[in-house]
Amino acid sequence: MKLMRPNSKVSLLLSKPLRPITLEEGPSRSKLGSNYDTAWSRRYGVRLLRAMLLDTIVRPGVEVIASPEIKNQDRIDHLSAPVIFAANHSSHLDTPVVLSTLPARFRHRCVVGAGADYFFDKRWKAILWSGVLSAIPIERSKPSRRAGELAVKLVKDGWNLVIFPEGGRSPDGLGQQHKTGVAQLAIRTNAPIVPIYLEGTYEILNKASKRFRPGKVTASYGAPIYASESDDPRELTKTVQAAIDRLADELHSDFLSAARRSAKGETPKLAPTSRGWIEKWNRVSPLSRGEKENRWPTRLFNR
Amino acid sequence: MSPRPGFVLEVDRSTPPTLFWHGEGFRLEKLPVGSRVIYPPEPLAGIKDPRSAIREALDNPTGDSEPLSALLKPNMRVAVCFDDVSLPLPQMQAPDVRQLIIEEVLERLAQAGVEDIRLIAALALHRRMTDSELEHALGKRVYEAAKSAEILTQHDAEDKENLLFIGKTDRGEEVELNKYAATSDLIIYVNINLVSMDGGHKSVATGLASYRSLRHHHNVKTMVHSKSFMDRDNSELHSSNWRMGKLIKDSGIKIYQIETTLNTNTFPSQFAFLQKREWEWGLKDRASFLAVSESLKFTPPWAARKIFQNVKSPYGLTGVHAGEVEAVHRKTLENVYKQQQVDVTGQTDILTIGLPFIGPYNVNSIMNPILVHCLGLGYFFNMYKGAPLVRKGGVVILSHPNRPEFDPTFHPSYIDFFDQVLPESTDPLVIEKKFEERFATDPWYIHLYRHGHAYHGVHPFYMWYWGAHALDHLGGVIILGGDPKTTRRLGYQSASTMADALEIASSIVGRDPSVTHLHSPPLLMANVH
Repeated sequence: MKLMRPNSKVSLLLSKPLRPITLEEGPSRSKLGSNYDTAWSRRYGVRLLRAMLLDTIVRPGVEVIASPEIKNQDRIDHLSAPVIFAANHSSHLDTPVVLSTLPARFRHRCVVGAGADYFFDKRWKAILWSGVLSAIPIERSKPSRRAGELAVKLVKDGWNLVIFPEGGRSPDGLGQQHKTGVAQLAIRTNAPIVPIYLEGTYEILNKASKRFRPGKVTASYGAPIYASESDDPRELTKTVQAAIDRLADELHSDFLSAARRSAKGETPKLAPTSRGWIEKWNRVSPLSRGEKENRWPTRLFNR
Repeated sequence: MSPRPGFVLEVDRSTPPTLFWHGEGFRLEKLPVGSRVIYPPEPLAGIKDPRSAIREALDNPTGDSEPLSALLKPNMRVAVCFDDVSLPLPQMQAPDVRQLIIEEVLERLAQAGVEDIRLIAALALHRRMTDSELEHALGKRVYEAAKSAEILTQHDAEDKENLLFIGKTDRGEEVELNKYAATSDLIIYVNINLVSMDGGHKSVATGLASYRSLRHHHNVKTMVHSKSFMDRDNSELHSSNWRMGKLIKDSGIKIYQIETTLNTNTFPSQFAFLQKREWEWGLKDRASFLAVSESLKFTPPWAARKIFQNVKSPYGLTGVHAGEVEAVHRKTLENVYKQQQVDVTGQTDILTIGLPFIGPYNVNSIMNPILVHCLGLGYFFNMYKGAPLVRKGGVVILSHPNRPEFDPTFHPSYIDFFDQVLPESTDPLVIEKKFEERFATDPWYIHLYRHGHAYHGVHPFYMWYWGAHALDHLGGVIILGGDPKTTRRLGYQSASTMADALEIASSIVGRDPSVTHLHSPPLLMANVH
């Protein structure tokens, strides 16, 4: 029988001792994930530092990388905090872009909903994101009373919330079905939801990218959607998703055409019905854009 | 703190000098002890969420009308008409209230599946709006959508093929309107009421009419009998428009009127002193007044004009009503009076008025001498109910540089009016009889009106008639600080200081006259008992 060698002093110092597998696992005492306490990141001094960081580093940085064009922001001129900003999500750049384009009265009193499993799984990440972005943990895969209660409390306390109802970055730049958390939050807090359509962040930095490819981003703001306690969260979720779809349509056509298509239920959807190649091909194929002939053979014959 | 009402101040020895507009600048004048200064009410609070208020108004119409959505059917034709660049003054900060309303209207038209629509700028004989003015009034969203769908038009009062003769009123007034609007199943009119003259039946009956129709109320006789044209019940201008409105209604044309009122929060924070009473100017106000007025002394007029014309007002919406024209307009007038009315006891011998850089007809342009006449003796003189502020045979002192400057693009016929008509006569009746027809039918002016951005050839005549009631009522007009030669051309007297002006006025109204100053900005309407 070979005896295990005792740990060296160095490895004893550096590696955490393993838990005997025969022992039953007790209740979790983890202080990470949705249990991470972000209260420190909303203290005045931290907020002041974050505001300076946002205005002197993040915003100029976003300007260089993404030169965001803000559209239709007059639709939120009359709003005051708290507001829930719900945007489509395809890049880590989405949060800095939204924060950079928000009017100052919202920007400096804002928390960002971030996946507890991704942004709060390590202590350094939790400190970094809650400090820099004022992120709060949101459970994406399972319901969490603590995370939900924190978001409700903060919104009721007058904090604005930036959240991505798709629940995570799009793998292919197309939209994803929204989760109902945003609607539930709006129903419980009566705060208006402002839909935001972001375009161009996927091309700059997406899930598969290893580096930034500077480009141009457009952030189009929609009219606020008001929720009441009697609303059905699923219906409200559909309304928010349709509002973002319509903003995308409006960006590529015009206000009236988008309104007409929306009234007829013909607004093109950002989220595909399937993620197979046919759906993707249909989106890039010239025939789907209503062009009579395929360009490719025409060009070929014209040579 | 709720806004304070307007009031009449009696000038005493400790009263600080009074602020006068002086075109693109200001004067501080020490008025004689015992003079009265009428201060306007402070701006009322604006509606916090205008979009919701607009939706509420469209769903709960005023008067005998159904909600807008109930009036819309898929196969109908709808004309959405809106007030032009002459309102509000100065232009309001984005978003303009027309944008907010038209977005909501288009949303409902889309919901109802109405395909056949057109947006029409109700210009009457005003100049066509420029693209940037349209974009500002309608907002980028509506402007771009309407442009790309080719549904954005401006009323052309000289496009004979697109005018429709509706009929004659019981007084024989001919009514001829924009054909597309008149043949639509519904006209939705989007109005801004800055002063009590605007809105009501005047919106469609004037805004969408032709010269053939307008000449029945835009004439000397009507204007002399409009006492004043700011007081709808005592205004012959409005009576005529109301008769036309009745004819339009009886002929089966359906109008859904949307009227809005704005508060008098006219100037952004850098000009905050303009909104305050002089003795309440703080250090910041005094410093900014000095900085602005001193730097304007060294600024050439064209540059000063550019600075002031770029001012956008932070107006707040005080009311929005939609539905049947007359019922809506009654509510609108209530709102306007609530904001602007000040009770004044007794008339005065001498009325002093400072004229600002802007009037309804020189947005993004020059306030030429004919517009000075119109603004002073037309608009400001008529800001009364009951009796004129100044007694019969009294004197009005207007403060304005009154330079002989004209905008050849926007006001070509004004130049000829100044050079050819005024040297012959300043009597509105003589001018009307001898010259109006020629200017109104001049093919070059018509061409510039239709294809350029010129006011119609007859427009300077209307500006002159606008002051006809004042000319009939007054014993003299003095322009303080105005170009003497130009002032004489208008038939007025010129004075370089207030003391001189009062001295000249005394020779007309007698020694020891009573003096009243109409303090502006912001706007006020005197209810004279």
